[in-house]
Amino acid sequence: MNEKTLAGYCIRCNDQGYLTDLEQWNKEVASEIAQEEGISMTDKHWEVIDYLQDQCRKEVAITIRKVGKSGVVNIKEFYQLFPKGPLKTASKIAGIPKPVSCI
Amino acid sequence: MSNAENKPVKKMMLILSKATLENVYACFILANGARMEGIESEIFFTFFGLEAIQKEKLKHLHVATVGNPAMHMPTMLGGLPGMEALATKMMKSEMEKLDIPPVDEFLEMLTASGSKLWGCKLAMDMFKVKESDLIDDIDGVLTVGDFYERAQGDGTHLLFI
Repeated sequence: MNEKTLAGYCIRCNDQGYLTDLEQWNKEVASEIAQEEGISMTDKHWEVIDYLQDQCRKEVAITIRKVGKSGVVNIKEFYQLFPKGPLKTASKIAGIPKPVSCI
Repeated sequence: MSNAENKPVKKMMLILSKATLENVYACFILANGARMEGIESEIFFTFFGLEAIQKEKLKHLHVATVGNPAMHMPTMLGGLPGMEALATKMMKSEMEKLDIPPVDEFLEMLTASGSKLWGCKLAMDMFKVKESDLIDDIDGVLTVGDFYERAQGDGTHLLFI
């Protein structure tokens, strides 16, 4: 378990920088993680983050295919929003665990 | 090992030469998985692999039940009519549970994710396959030389399936 200071908050995360407690997540923390990942957040980014957190709370395993069918973004847009590995990057910003899916 | 010695994979160049479902999926999952990690990926469809991008054929690909020891059934049995269809149906239903899409949707996913899909010119000539027989999402038809040229650069890996 690591601790990291993000936007002035002391946040618990794993060694890859994924938050281990979604309760500690807030938009300022997310923006700072996004900045580290080279992403400047837009409304569309936040919509995706909302969706991922919602799925995580419902304990649904997230896949690229599901995101593509979510009605929030299609797969092409998802890659445009988070170019370097969309599911991984978006999950990190959303404060949810790293996805384990291969799809 | 220090980071300086790590050589990350930057690009996967996959060559699909077979049309049995297990090979097609292995190839697609590797190509899609690369994109999910921010790695570039391209697929060169050659020989029987061409079936996976032919509009009329891609929905009818089968698992091989003959000559496949991992099926754990006698070869004679695997050759009975309907056996391939049955094994394929079972495999497809298991894959759907894991959210693995059917071949046509998988190809759309690959295109949407930025994977490049190429037909092999020589194999197309040999099997008399026209470009119009291929799915619309194909990026073009290449020679082996063209494909190698695209493989240039540090961190590129080629994989034959």
